[in-house]
This record gives sequence, C-alpha cells and structure tokens, in this order.
Amino acid sequence: MLYREVGQFKTSYTSDQAIFPILQDRLGIVAIVIAAYLIGLTGGDFLLNAVLIPFLIFSLAAIGLNLLTGYTGLLSLGTGAFMGVGAYACYKLTTYFPNVNILLWVVVSGFFASIVGALFGLPSLRIKGFYLAVATLAAQFFLEWCFIRIPWLFNYNESGAIEVPQREIFGIIVTGPRASAQTRYLVVLTIVAALTWLASNLVHGRIGRMWMAVRDMDIAAELMGIRLLPTKLLAFAVSSYVCGVAGALLVFLWYGGAESTVFDINQSFQILFMVIIGGLGSIIGSYFGAAVIYMMPIVLRAVPGWFGLPLQPATVEHLTFMVVGALIIVFLIAEPHGLARLWQIAKQKLRVWPFPY
Amino acid sequence: MHLLYQIFVDPFVQMGTAPDLLAQTLWEGLVSGVLYALIALGFVLIFKASGVFNFAQGIMVVFAALTLVGLYQAMTRLGVVNPTIGAYLALAGTVVVMFLLAVGVERLVLRPLVNQPDIVLFMATFGLTYFLIGFGEYVFGGDPQVMIADQLHLPRGRIDVHVFGGVVQMQKIDITAAVIASVLVAALAVFFQKTRIGRALRAVADSHRAALSVGISLETIWVIVWFAAGIVALATGIMWGARSDVSFALEIIALKALPVLILGGLTSIPGAIVGGLIIGLSEKIGELYWGPLLGSGIESWLAYVIALVFLLFRPQGLFGERIIERV
Repeated sequence: MLYREVGQFKTSYTSDQAIFPILQDRLGIVAIVIAAYLIGLTGGDFLLNAVLIPFLIFSLAAIGLNLLTGYTGLLSLGTGAFMGVGAYACYKLTTYFPNVNILLWVVVSGFFASIVGALFGLPSLRIKGFYLAVATLAAQFFLEWCFIRIPWLFNYNESGAIEVPQREIFGIIVTGPRASAQTRYLVVLTIVAALTWLASNLVHGRIGRMWMAVRDMDIAAELMGIRLLPTKLLAFAVSSYVCGVAGALLVFLWYGGAESTVFDINQSFQILFMVIIGGLGSIIGSYFGAAVIYMMPIVLRAVPGWFGLPLQPATVEHLTFMVVGALIIVFLIAEPHGLARLWQIAKQKLRVWPFPY
Repeated sequence: MHLLYQIFVDPFVQMGTAPDLLAQTLWEGLVSGVLYALIALGFVLIFKASGVFNFAQGIMVVFAALTLVGLYQAMTRLGVVNPTIGAYLALAGTVVVMFLLAVGVERLVLRPLVNQPDIVLFMATFGLTYFLIGFGEYVFGGDPQVMIADQLHLPRGRIDVHVFGGVVQMQKIDITAAVIASVLVAALAVFFQKTRIGRALRAVADSHRAALSVGISLETIWVIVWFAAGIVALATGIMWGARSDVSFALEIIALKALPVLILGGLTSIPGAIVGGLIIGLSEKIGELYWGPLLGSGIESWLAYVIALVFLLFRPQGLFGERIIERV
C-alpha cells in the first residue's frame, strides 16, 4: 500500500535516470544508512564483531569482484590474492609512515592492488571465460607464494604473519587489539558505504555502460568504438582496488593480524560464491550474497543448539558443508540470476499489489 | 651478469654434469604429469559432453578413494577374511557408488539447470564440491586414510635403472599408474570413436539441440559421461592414494589439472595427456634447477604461469578446437 509511485512525476531527464526513481526507495535507503549507524552506536560486541563487520567487508569484496565478473563478464579466481595485496600494502605503508592517518593508507593501499590487478588482467584481451579464470589462478598462486616467500612483506616477523599495530585518529584508537568494536564498525561502515556509492555511480555512468557492452559481446562493443584493452584493464584495476581496500579492512579492522592463508584460493571462491548467489551484475546483490554465504554457516552452526540436539562440533562442521553445498545448488535451480532478481521480483509484486498486473 | 649466468647457463651445466639426476627428475616429472593428466581427463570428459566445467572432479577423486577404503574396512568388519576378495568387492562397490553419484548429479543438479549459462553450471559444481566434502568427511571422517594398495595387488617396491653412471629409481606403482593411464586413454578413445554411445557423446558435445533432435537422450548421455568421469576419478584416487595417503588435501592438487587443461585444450583427450606431461616435467625441472634462484616452492605457481604465458600465444590450447567467434 505504501509502496506506490502514483503522483511522483518526473520532469527532467536527471530525475528520470535516477538510481532510485521512487521516493520510497530513497527514504528506504536513507533509513537503512541511519539504522546502520545507530546499530554501531548501540549494538553489542558480538553482533558487531562477529556479524556486521565481516558482513560489510565481504560485501565490499563481493562488489569489487562483481564489477569485474558481473559487469564486465571477466571471470576471476584471484580475488583473495588481490585482497592480500591491499592488506600487505597497507601494512608496509603504515610501517614506514606510522604517523599518517591509517584510513588514508587503507584507501591508498587499494591502488597497489589495482596495479597488480591490471597487470594480471593483461591476458584478458586475448582470452576469456574459463581460460581467463585459470589465468587469474596464476595470479592467485603467485601472489600467495610472494606473501610467504618474501619476508620483507611481513617485516621479517618470526611468525610470518602481519600484526596490526595500534593506530589512532584524533585520539581514538582505530586499529590494533585495543580498538573497540564500535569504532571499527563505524569506520568500516563509512568506507564501505562510500565505496558502494562510488561503485554504483561508476556502473550507472559511461564507464559502466562500456563494461556492460563488453560483457554482452566484446566484438560488438569493439565495433561500436569501445577500446577493449583500456576498458578491460580499467575493470581489473577498479575491481582490484575495491578488493584491495576490502582486504586491508579485513586485516586491519577485523582480524587484527593475518597470515597468507587468509588470502588463499578458498577466499577467492568464497567471494565468487557471494557474487553468483547474490546476482551477477548487481550492487545490492553483492550485499545479499555476502549475507547468505557468510551468515549461513553461522546460523547452521546455531541450529542444532536451538533444538537441543547433542551433536559433535565436528559433525556440525561436516553437516554445515553439506547444507551449504546443497543450498548453493538449490539457490541456483530456484533463481539462476541470484537473489538480486528475487528482490526485483518482490519489489515489482509489491508495487502492483493487490492486483497481479 | 651473474644473474643471467645463473638463469641461462648454470642450470644447464648442472644438467650436463649430473645426467642421472636429470633423468631421475624427468621420470618424476613424467609420473606427476600422468597423475595430473588423469585428473584433467575427468574434466575433459565432462566438458566435452555437457559443456560443464566440472570443478568437483578433484573432490570426486578423493571421494572415490575414500569410498573404496571405507567399503574395504566395512567388509573386514563384516567378516570377509580374505583381503583380496574384500578389496575387489570394495572396488566393485565403489563403482556402483560412482554410478549412483552420476545418476544423482544428473537428476538433482544438471537436469533442473538445463539451458542455464555456463557460469551457473560451473557454480553448481562448486556446490557439489562442498556437498561432497561435507558428506565425505561425515561418513569417512576427516583423517587421512591408507590406500589398500597391497590388497588390490598393486605392485610395490622399485626398479633401479643404471644410466649415465648413476641410478634412476622408478617406483613400480608409478609405472603401473602410467600403464593404467595409457589403457584408460586408449579405452576412452576407442569408446568415443568406435561405439554407438561414443558417437552420441560426440554429437552432444557438438550441439545439444541438434543431438536432441535426432533422438539422442541427453539424460542418458550425461549419466554415462559422469559415470566415466567417476571411473577415471576412482583410478586416479587409487594411484594418488598409493603414493601418499588419501586425504582431502588432494583437492588442492586437483586444481593443478586446470593449467593442464589450458595447455592441452579443454576438449581434447590427447591434449589432457600431453598437457599433463608438459606441466609435470616443467614443474619438477623448474623447481630443481631454477627454484633455488627465487627461493624454493615455485612448484606452487609455475604451472599456472606456464599456462598463462602459453595462453597468450595459443588461446585454444595445443589440441583445442579453434575458437571462432561470430557476431
């Protein structure tokens, strides 16, 4: 009843092309952002630390991969490694310049990831599909090897891991073991929201159209005057930038320290799952995908407890794997275009309710 | 200058001065190449016939090997005293399980997803991978198991070949693996080229719709192909398992089959074999002679980089069909 666009007239091209053309959507998004900040001020440590912070970070990584795979149609299995480049770059930067605002380094570290990403994106001009996926696997394994074998990257630590140092902004501890969950959540939320806004504007603009043209048929796109190499490399660069920032956030504002295993091939797959389940070529889908893939194991682990079933932790772990696998297949069968499509259908239904047409 | 010397001269000097070591490394490279090729073979079979890039092939290898060991242990517990009979019963049982798996995959995963984009099917095999990992660990436990190589009468021990004034050690099990791989490839080649079903398979690979229109049942074909891939997985699992333990760590090794596929071409059975051998050889040689330059462990990515460089020059692989794009 409330979700109606009756009486909302568009009197300019700008309003016609708006990302949220309907007033209720605009109000909804504002409400969500406000609610997200309010949760940060009031939420408990468990909720923030174990649920919301990782959810936001993974959403950001999923958006990054979605720009590449969903919008430009280039399948990548190197997401984990690109995230790692961001994390290690941030770590080195803050080691050399400890007095510079850490958030600046988090944002800058993405550029290192984007350089590496563009480098490994070079073959994309000649190869595509699964072949490209294997090419990005080369990036994944090579970079992972670098994280282990180049001690300079982790400051010659005995453990081979990076430890996040304590950094303050305006006297508030942001990173390191003593930073409060609320501070970290608010920082993550701000960065993720800002990058989402940026990504959304990118894909709705000229660059996004170029990407989608390349995705739909690259030969046709080339004939229309889109230069393939710059477009594809830009997609790799932007995607890796976002992933790199997500990786830096992951280590600096969530884990507080990490080994190279955090950025292994499983991480790449995890992010790819999020993108496909959420919906290829959809920003909001990235959030849905991250929510489902990240939350599902947490919820599944809790389910036997609710029914008081006495299950071994190992058994629960195995069952979780099985259920996650089965659910992925079920999701794909039910809606191959991902949760974002379901969301669209639901909105459409709501718009015309109670009449079916 | 010194670096150039180390890259371009030193390794070859080493090869020249110790040819027996080179021969040993070549042999080891060939053996691991055969095993990569076996995994790649499973991929190719399914890709050819259904266009599905079956990510679950690696886990199918582990699953088949675990089923074999698990069934054998169950037999022993049930009182089958003779280890040989038990082992072969278990083998037969595993074949049945792989058939059921093929039917299940076709019914529950492929059939509802007919006509979906490739990436969706690819993703579905990820789901299958997760499911099989969970199921395998739930049923057989997560611990590494010992392959029942002795009970299956696989040869043990090694042969020492004296060449170049040194000794090259060849494990008999590796020779067996090579023989089995050749037999499998030959059998598959005959199956694909000479039988009615093989012809149907090739038709399906060319075009699903055209195959349907001449009355080929896609469902049956898919079950057959997945079953064949399951058998290949079982053979691979036995061979890998006999060399080391059967554990889920194998799954990561299975990823190595991907560069093999790229080298050989996604649709070519001989390509899988040649690609496997090339990857296996270059990995071992690279690790031994060029690895120390970079700090060891380059085995983990060398294969992918080779594939990557190769792709730049020949995107369709060694034996792949030429990629023709139409607008």
